[in-house]
Amino acid sequence: MSVITQASPAEPEAFSATPERTWRPPSYWPFVIPALVVVLAIIIFPWVFTIWMSLHEWKVGSPTVFVGLANYLRLPTDPRFVEAIGHTLFYTALSVVLPLIFGTLAAVVFHQKFAARGFLRGIFIMPMMATPVAIALVWTMMFHPQLGVLNYLLSLVGLPPQLWVFNPTTVIPSLVLVETWQWTPLVMLIVLGGLAAIPTEPYESAQIDGANFWQVFRFITLPLIMPFLFIAGMIRMIDAVKSFDIIFAITQGGPGSASETINLYLYSVAFVYYDIGYGSAIAVVFFLLIVALAALLLYLRKRMLWTSELGDGA
Amino acid sequence: MSLRQVSLRQILGRIGLWLSVFVIVSPAILFFLWMASLSLKFEIDNAAYPPVFIPENFAWKNYADVLASNRFLTYFVNSLIVTGSATGLAMLVGVPAGYGIARMAAHKSAVVILIARITPGLSYLIPLFLLFQWLGLLGTLVPQIIIHLVVTVPIVIWIMIGYFETTPLELEEAALIDGATRWQVFRHVALPIAKPGLAVAFILAVIFSWNNFVFGIVLAGRETRTLPVAVYNMISFDQLSWGPLAAAALMVTLPVLLLTVFAQRQIVAGLTAGAVKGG
Repeated sequence: MSVITQASPAEPEAFSATPERTWRPPSYWPFVIPALVVVLAIIIFPWVFTIWMSLHEWKVGSPTVFVGLANYLRLPTDPRFVEAIGHTLFYTALSVVLPLIFGTLAAVVFHQKFAARGFLRGIFIMPMMATPVAIALVWTMMFHPQLGVLNYLLSLVGLPPQLWVFNPTTVIPSLVLVETWQWTPLVMLIVLGGLAAIPTEPYESAQIDGANFWQVFRFITLPLIMPFLFIAGMIRMIDAVKSFDIIFAITQGGPGSASETINLYLYSVAFVYYDIGYGSAIAVVFFLLIVALAALLLYLRKRMLWTSELGDGA
Repeated sequence: MSLRQVSLRQILGRIGLWLSVFVIVSPAILFFLWMASLSLKFEIDNAAYPPVFIPENFAWKNYADVLASNRFLTYFVNSLIVTGSATGLAMLVGVPAGYGIARMAAHKSAVVILIARITPGLSYLIPLFLLFQWLGLLGTLVPQIIIHLVVTVPIVIWIMIGYFETTPLELEEAALIDGATRWQVFRHVALPIAKPGLAVAFILAVIFSWNNFVFGIVLAGRETRTLPVAVYNMISFDQLSWGPLAAAALMVTLPVLLLTVFAQRQIVAGLTAGAVKGG
């Protein structure tokens, strides 16, 4: 890469002037520079500015004072923030595991050949492409305790009506239901890509050995699609931690603050209370939390590989 | 005998397969059918228990009401301008960037895109909101167009890197040796080959920009709302009438749903390649 950066944007004549010289690749920097400017302006600058603001007492309408790490030190003593971490982790754990399970099952089915498969796959991925606010609005109506269709469906199978998002203990699982419905298709697509890459030989020998469907899935399919499940889990984790539209549109973090995740609390601090300095500190810690969770997943994956190798060796 | 056994097993397998397909696809189908049903019912039917699934009289007037009131058309135009500009600008800077990064094999630059992918959308909003306020741009569509680039530019760059990395180099090298400029090679050799990639990047950028909500609730004023924000505001103000609400929600998301069904091959290719999502 250093060679390329050193190469001056040579004129075409430069080539003909020295025809004997070996051909050198031209610089591609002019192609990248416009995007670099945009990325600097809308991604790098906001980050630098956020870190700077997080070191200040900065409220809209009052003078700015440098306070060092005071905003960060305030976080552990803020009960609403601590609770928000708990809500976020609970919401995220469920929103990773459930789509992974259902998405894998769906991928196994979509891996088979059947009529109108492409069209049905298009239908299946509609939930994740549809406008989240529009979806949230319809789910809000479905969750309605008296008039909602969900309680009617429960009554059909003899289950008691629920308060869904109107009860502090069921609000997060209810929101996870929406999140799972929405994002199972993404897991399905990633795992489907993995299934397409699996060779057929292991299945043929398993068939000769008389393995049943579950054994084939457990001992052949599952280990081979593990890398793809891991990628899907990682993406799902990042998106679930950041989830905003669905929660904001359905509950706004309520009832009370029972479904207030970090992202929703960040919104309140920055754009309801206009406490810009504290909000920036939350944004930084929030980002670090996502990076830490990603690192944890990577670590668990490494350990899993290590133990399975050990198991094979023994 | 054995032949009959096999075919019976095959038939059972087929039935089982179709049953599982039905079970898997039904949550999506039933949801959107219910959405359509809500949008086509009068209030009496929407408030009925047990619920009415197919009403005797369709309330087409729900759609007419939405189109007539709530400045739906203004917000539709706002959405078109924001999504169109943000996608167009992203293609303009992102496609050459994807090409440059792929040809320089500058894989480390992907880290920036990764950071953009991980960062919550709200984090961009605080500094950029202050910046737009300082520049006096609030109240116009410009802040939303610029901040939507946060979503569209990484998608376009990411997908185009993938496409340009797989296109053959020989043609480009031949053209360069024949005296073509880098720009000519890009324009006349690389770009035509990468056309499928352009379609994928364009479609995904449009969808994720169109769907974006979080930037709008902070940056949009009364006149500059995009459709998702307008629909959200309807929830808070006209909570009692479900019919027009569902009709508005369906109209907002219908372009995306149609695109999903008709361009599902491109969407699937893009999502599995980059697994991108904005915001």
